[in-house]
Order: sequence, then structure tokens, then C-alpha cells
Amino acid sequence: MAGTTTPNGRRTRGMGSTARATSESWIVRCVLIGITFLFLGLFLFMPLAVVFATALQKGVSAYVASFTEHDAIAAIRLTLLTAGIAVPLNLVFGVAAAWAIAKFEFVGKSLLITFIDLPFSVSPVVSGLIYVLMFGLQGLLGPWLAKHHIKVIFAVPGIVLATIFVTFPFVARELIPLFQAQGSEEEEAALTLGASGWQTFFRITLPNVKWGLLYGVILCNARAMGEFGAVSVVSGHIRGLTNTMPLHVEILYNEYEFVAAFAVASLLALLALLTLVLKSVVEWRSKRQAQENEMDWSAAIA
Amino acid sequence: MKVTLKQKSILPGFGLTLGFTILYLSLFVLIPLSATFLKASSLSWTQFWHTVSSPRAVASYRLSFGASFTAAAINLFFGVLVAWVVVRYRFAGRRLLDAMVDLPFALPTAVAGIALTTIYAKNGWVGHYLDQLGIRGAYSPLGVVIALTFIGLPFVVRTIQPVLEDLDHEVEEAAASLGANRWQTFSRVIVPAIIPATLTGFALAFARAVGEYGSVVFISGNMPMHTEITPLLIITKLEQYDYAGATAIAVVMLVVSFTLLLAINLLQKWSTQRVRSGRSAGAETPEPVSSALIPQES
Repeated sequence: MAGTTTPNGRRTRGMGSTARATSESWIVRCVLIGITFLFLGLFLFMPLAVVFATALQKGVSAYVASFTEHDAIAAIRLTLLTAGIAVPLNLVFGVAAAWAIAKFEFVGKSLLITFIDLPFSVSPVVSGLIYVLMFGLQGLLGPWLAKHHIKVIFAVPGIVLATIFVTFPFVARELIPLFQAQGSEEEEAALTLGASGWQTFFRITLPNVKWGLLYGVILCNARAMGEFGAVSVVSGHIRGLTNTMPLHVEILYNEYEFVAAFAVASLLALLALLTLVLKSVVEWRSKRQAQENEMDWSAAIA
Repeated sequence: MKVTLKQKSILPGFGLTLGFTILYLSLFVLIPLSATFLKASSLSWTQFWHTVSSPRAVASYRLSFGASFTAAAINLFFGVLVAWVVVRYRFAGRRLLDAMVDLPFALPTAVAGIALTTIYAKNGWVGHYLDQLGIRGAYSPLGVVIALTFIGLPFVVRTIQPVLEDLDHEVEEAAASLGANRWQTFSRVIVPAIIPATLTGFALAFARAVGEYGSVVFISGNMPMHTEITPLLIITKLEQYDYAGATAIAVVMLVVSFTLLLAINLLQKWSTQRVRSGRSAGAETPEPVSSALIPQES
């Protein structure tokens, strides 16, 4: 397949010809494909299967009861709230950062990119800890916050902060290469024709990158809802108050409530599957968009 | 920081977007991170050294780094295999496999943790068979390796995949027409071309594994000196209100992460240079700005 760029892909199977010199014999192929299925089956499909199998062990009614219970609903609500704050903030940041980095040349750009990437390389536990050291009672701002009765650590604001940190780079790093690949000619044309900056942004830039942007938001959201380590450090694990869904799963699991733990976990697993489906759709759409753009270009040149 | 425009541009919004970027970055990332180093600097050197070189801490480094290295090595082998099969062969279920490779990115690590523990525990689907062989899956260092292999897989596959896709078919045809058999073509032509990407993938998987927490705490059993990973040691110290100790270990981990980040940046630079020099002249590719794709999920 490599070397061909036909959209449908060339099917080599069943062509009846002997193995080409640049491909493997069918035995080797079958063995390699077999090993791949075995490995991925063991490491990817089995964990997914065990989540649903355990969740449904005691029937559908026990399954449904697990996440209609009071603490579970509180955890789901907190998870939605956290993602609802963290994702839009990081979206705005990602767009602003990508605009500044991709459309302009300035000193210190690569340093800025490295800084934006930093949260990805920090262990989640450390990501939580840095906010404890900042806002906790022992922390730098701790005494001041205590005097004003503001609670950040072991409360919802701390959870939101930790989530913002761990999902920080997702949108920016998805958009920067896209903006760069597109160049600025279209925006310059729009501005020359009298469009305002915001008009140019909303009518030219945004439609051009919408699929990539959506992809970044999906990833950011999946991570925001599923974050465990960082949130675990700052949450304080107060049932019904500061437990997100992953933390609720942990508590149930440690109390040997396996059906309930896996039932809540299955919701998160469904979210993960939905993320993968959306990602495939977005990839397919953006590939098509790129092809269409290419066709437009070649038509324009001809 | 003094910001000077190198090139004049008619596009608006530079000051606004850069200003906002730097403000947001400072508030959420740079200031909290430097607070950690500030806190650490309030420790005396002997105090710091005593904490980070205690036998329990050293045992946790050994496990964290050893298991991460093993898991990354497993992923190196299987990652190349999976990428190869998905890029080169056409078979039923290929698209599904390709999409599923990202599952460890998308699945919350706590879910992965309890699922893997259930599978590899003594009465689990796989642990049951391991037990008959006298091998402990969950609650052992092997369990840590299993969890870290799970979370590291997509890093290796996704770094090798684009390089394999871009590989020029003509080079392989040339090798074959010059009399190389398939294995020679693979080991002498294809492997050298994918080595930089493979090493980058290895480093990304390793870096991610070192900091991993969520999937490991469930499966490891968390016995001090035996199956306690470094991030867990930080949590333990925090729960004992030993903020100074937690900070000291965190600083060690931060320094390790930053070193790995640097190494990955250099590897990626090497990788893109390789790809570029391999291409025909004139083929313009936008420079990837990526420096490190290491979502440290937990």
C-alpha cells in the first residue's frame, strides 16, 4: 500500500499473483497479523471486555442502580462541571496561543512552545502536588486564603485547577501545526479586502481548522473527565462533594463493591469509545477536507 | 521578556493573543511549578539528600525506572509490529485495530487499572492461568510492567506509523532489484529509516510510564520497598503531612521529566531531519512544532 495515494487504497489481497519482491509471503503476513491480533486482543480488547462483563455480572438492574445512587450522581455532576470549566478555558487559550505562535515570528517562540508542552511531561501526581504547595494550608498562598475563608485544596476549585493543568496543551498543540500548514495568505487576502480581524478569524481561519479544533477538544475533554492522579491529590476524597467519577470508581473498588465500581467505570469506558469513534470521524473528515483543498488548488492552477 | 517582531505582518491580534497566552501560561503552569522549586529550596541540602536517597525512595526509583524501561522495550517490539501490520497489510478488522490503538489515550487510567487488575488477579481471566504456572500477575512488579505496557503502546505505534506510511516504495524496489531478499531489505533499508522514530516512541512511552499513577496503583499492590512506584511514594508522604518529603521527591521527578523532555526534543529533531533528507529535494513539509507528545494521564 505504501507509495500509492489512491483514496480507496489498493487491495493486494486476492490478486492471484505471487508475492512481489517488495512484499512478504502470505505465510509471514498471516503470522504477523495473527500476532498483532493476539497482542492487541490481550492488551486492548480484554480490559474493555472485563469492564462490561464485571459491571453486568449481577444483571442490568444492579448495573443501573450503581449509577443512579446518590454519590454516583454527585460524582457524575462534578465531573461534568469540571470538564465544563476546564475544556472551554483551554480551548480559548489553545486558539490564542496557536494564533500568536503560528501566524507571527517572534523571539523566544520555541521556548514558549516548550513551556506549553510542559504539563504533558509532568507526572499527574506532581501536577496535583504543585497546587497543594501553592494553595494548601502549608502552601505559599495558604495562610492568606485561610484568612479569607477561601478553600481551594480539598474543594472544587482545586479539582478544576488540576484538570486545567493536565489538559493544558491539548488544543494548542493540535492547532499550531494546522495553522502553520495553512499559512496566512487567505487571512491576508480577507484583510486586504476590508474584513476586520474578528471577521477574518471567524470566517476564514476557524472554518479552515474546524476538524482539527474539534479533535483537540475531544481529546481535551476525554482527559478532563478521566483524570485520576492529579485530581486525587487535590480532592480530599469527600464523598458526594469532591469525588469525580474516576475517584468514585476507586472508592467503590477499594470497598470491594466491584459491580458498582465497574458500572461507573463502564460509563467512562463508553466515553472513551465515543472519543475513539469521534476521532476516527474527524480524521476522515479532515483528510477529505485536505483532499478537497488540494483539488481546488490544482483546479485553480489549471 | 522583550518581544520583538522579526517579520512585519498585517495580521492583527499579536499583542492580544501573545499577552493572553503568556498570562494564562504563567498563572496555571509556570508560577505553580516554580512554587514547587521555591518550596524545595527551603529544605536544607542534607534534609533534601536524606529524603531522596532513603532506601525506600531508591527502591521506588528502581521499580519505576526498571518497569518503565521494560514496558517501553516491550512496546518497542510490538509497536513496530502493530504499525507495520496496520500500514502495510489489508485485512478484515484493520481499521478497527488502527482505531483501537488509541484506547490507552482515551480510557481513564483508573478504569484501565481496575480492569487490568481484575484480569491478572489470581482468579482473573489471565491471572488464573499464570497462577497455574506459578507466576503472580497482579500485585507484583510484573503487574506494574503490564499496566505500563498498556499505557505506553500508542506512543510507539503513533510515532512509527507516519514514517512507515511516508517511506518511499521505490527504495524497497531498488533494494529488491539489486538482489536483496525481503529480510535484507527490511533490516538494511526499512529499519534504518524508522530507527529515529522508533527511539522517539520508546522515549515517549518511557517518559509517560515513569510518571504514571492511576493504572499502576491498583495492580501493583503498593508494598513499600517492593511494589511501590515513585509517584505513589509522593502521595504517601502527602498523606502523612510530610510536605517537605513529598516536595523533595517531586523535584527529583520533575528534573527527570525535564531531562527526558529535552532528550525527546533532540530525538524528534533528528527524526524529522532524517525524513527530510530522505525525501526528494524541493518537497516542502511544514516543520512539526511538536516537541513532546507525552500526555501524562492518570
